[in-house]
Amino acid sequence: MTSVIERPSAPQSPHTPSLASRLKPNLETLPTLAAIVIFVGMIIYGEIAYGRILQFSTLSNLFINNAYLIILAVGLTFVILTGGVDLSVGAIIAISSLVGVMLANAGWNPFVVIVLMILIGSAFGAASGILIQYFNVQPFIATLAMMFLARGLASMLSTTPERLADDSPIRTLSTEVKVIDGPKINDLVTTPNVIIAAVVVIVAFYILHKTRFGRTVYAIGGSEQSATLMGLPVVRTKLAIYIISGTLAGLAAVVYTSKLGIAQNITGVGWELDAIAAVIIGGTLLTGGAGFVLGSVIGALVLGLMNVLITRDGSIPPEATTIITGAILLVFVLLQRLVVSRKRKT
Amino acid sequence: MAATEPIVEMTDISIEFPGVKALQNVQLRLYPGEVHTLMGENGAGKSTLIKALTGVYKIDSGSILVSGGPRQFSGTADAQSAGISTVYQEVNLCDNLTVGENVMLGNEIRGAFGINWKKTHEAAHEALVGLGLGDLDPRQPLSSISLALQQLVAISRAMVAKSKVLILDEPTSSLDANEVEGLFTVMRRLRDQGVAILFVSHFLDQVYAISDRLTVLRNGEFVGEHLTRDLGRSQLISLMIGKDFDTLASLGSNRRRDARESGEQPFYSATDLGRKGSIEPVDIAVYPGEVVGLAGLLGSGRTELGRLMYGADRPDTGEVTIGGKSAEVHSPVAGLATRIAFSTENRRDEGIVGDLTVRENLILAVQARRGWARPLSKREQKELCDKYLVELNVRPSDPERPIKNLSGGNQQKVLLGRWLATKPELLILDEPTRGIDIGAKAEIQEAIATLAEDGMSVVFISSELEEVVRLSERIVVLKDHRKIGEIINGPDITADTIVDLIASDGAEAQGVEAFEPEPAAFAAEGSTN
Repeated sequence: MTSVIERPSAPQSPHTPSLASRLKPNLETLPTLAAIVIFVGMIIYGEIAYGRILQFSTLSNLFINNAYLIILAVGLTFVILTGGVDLSVGAIIAISSLVGVMLANAGWNPFVVIVLMILIGSAFGAASGILIQYFNVQPFIATLAMMFLARGLASMLSTTPERLADDSPIRTLSTEVKVIDGPKINDLVTTPNVIIAAVVVIVAFYILHKTRFGRTVYAIGGSEQSATLMGLPVVRTKLAIYIISGTLAGLAAVVYTSKLGIAQNITGVGWELDAIAAVIIGGTLLTGGAGFVLGSVIGALVLGLMNVLITRDGSIPPEATTIITGAILLVFVLLQRLVVSRKRKT
Repeated sequence: MAATEPIVEMTDISIEFPGVKALQNVQLRLYPGEVHTLMGENGAGKSTLIKALTGVYKIDSGSILVSGGPRQFSGTADAQSAGISTVYQEVNLCDNLTVGENVMLGNEIRGAFGINWKKTHEAAHEALVGLGLGDLDPRQPLSSISLALQQLVAISRAMVAKSKVLILDEPTSSLDANEVEGLFTVMRRLRDQGVAILFVSHFLDQVYAISDRLTVLRNGEFVGEHLTRDLGRSQLISLMIGKDFDTLASLGSNRRRDARESGEQPFYSATDLGRKGSIEPVDIAVYPGEVVGLAGLLGSGRTELGRLMYGADRPDTGEVTIGGKSAEVHSPVAGLATRIAFSTENRRDEGIVGDLTVRENLILAVQARRGWARPLSKREQKELCDKYLVELNVRPSDPERPIKNLSGGNQQKVLLGRWLATKPELLILDEPTRGIDIGAKAEIQEAIATLAEDGMSVVFISSELEEVVRLSERIVVLKDHRKIGEIINGPDITADTIVDLIASDGAEAQGVEAFEPEPAAFAAEGSTN
């Protein structure tokens, strides 16, 4: 029995963590890394099994078709990081795009219409946030109420598809721009929508990791009580994240409408769940406090790529898509449980 | 330390909650460069006073002067920005973030492109160095460091905020002696830098070791402000509880010393009871009417043994005999069915259900034993409440009050009542007196002694060795997840006897009679010494 107590791995200089140790997968980044691995694996599998996956046109379309989902997932990342949830985003898309299309067809200035569409989302988000923060309603219930409200209002406006005029300036957001002119149709193309989504991702990343607001989001997810007692602006922050989520839903409505040109009261049914799935697959803990916005992007792309693969395969009935989504989700949630239980032990 | 003007001066503070006068005309003065201890029993109003200062509660009358000017804060954040930081008993940090992030949360250093993490971590490191924690890596996750270090990290937050007043609300209740010394070093350092420290603790030794001045509260009233050096311990205790010190001193002297009659059956006996990774196989027996103490340092396996006996964890090995019959106690339900009750050390998370009332908390175990199909009638519930709230002197004795609003000591009494209501024959109490004041502690100890006299078997787990020695008839000593010895209590056994035994790691300490020597354990120790 020696009396010398060994320091468990004395930390090296506190200022210079070696690059290797920072890149080494720790428990927190593990789920996100797993998402990336699965995404890459899916691409490789698709390329081998079906071909024509790993090429400009397919990957371009993946981003073009899923720009709205990426935006939604970014918004939900904020909410889920605090341990909350926002179920209203799908319905916000319905009401926002319906209002947008109807006003645009009535001859309103397209810029005004776009701004209005986004603000509709902000308004619903603010309503959710106020319910949650000042009336102490659980996020699930508050945003569920907003979901019903938004969906109901959309149905009152119209129950038939509203077509956006083909010459509407709003549609220019989905104009395809060739970035690299590949052989035949294999071009790297992008649309303003994709660029909007990219900007959203970059700004969100900046906010979450480089601002005090972002750190407060993580702190609330870790322990809301602690965050309050540490004197962080918890009330303001929680209000803000629901406004952010609503606003991004409004923006997603713009992106989606400009691409499809149709708005309907049943647009976006279940998309809130797709977005939540994307966030979870991307490695964000549903209980909050840990996760990355880039992970959510990967999560959205995993879901999008899955649809592509199923279409390519042809033998899988499209109905099975949801089952596969569910299975992937389950695997990720189990992975997270594993991480959490490991963390407890240490 | 020649302070002239108090930095905080609270005068004639009164706060009334519905039906309760929480504070009546209380005074508090904090001077820069002083450690000021706030003393009082649970429910004396210490926490309320702190919350009044930091603006969590609104005061009904009185005045608060900070640096000479009247102030009324709107909450923790507001008080913090005025230089008054609070570190709570339960560490309030975010364990999903790193040490450095926690230190700097809300005060991150920002450059032109948002938070400059390099500088932020440097600042965190500086703050930690200021507290003598220079070798703590700010980039390591908070969850990877000990509770004691987390407490110090919480204090370093206050330093980053350049606080002039630091409130430490029972910071030592979950720290061991070395960690407390570390905390005190930090406190002295801050005091010498001119910080005014308000310290709340139940441990008299600590109060005398660290504080310059103390204010005593009793039942929400101001009893007095004294310089610590002018006030003797017994004086302080009688100020706090308003009772004579002698009543306290006589406590526990009624422990039983009569030896077991030969041939008497233990109520509970186990051989080779163990669980992999939690405790190595031990033999333990508890006779009716006997208090068996489990002593050992934090992490010695005393809690684990208690949990195994109750069935909270499933034992891998061992034979258990209860009341002469062989029994399998593999779940809490089985434990309860065989009349074993276990009161956890983790009062907040595993003990009380905070949002339920005192009554609902009290009847929980009885109801669980009866099953959901046979709910207790209103009358039965009332009878139980009346009985135990009075017997255990729970204050306030309102059964419809949410239990989270009670002080720690009173919560503990309700928990004790919960288990007593199940009429157990073996009661396992894990740290029943942790973090509660001396008055409630005495009451709980008294209750335990009475229970044993009435024939109940009690297993008493505590990190306070004096308490174990005072109450137990036999003491099982544990170390590093195994039993290293057993002591029959007697007049010449003191806490030091146990310390010696642990220090010499099971080798025969002087004056110790090994009750059930374990040859295997003893042999193993011989070579390591």
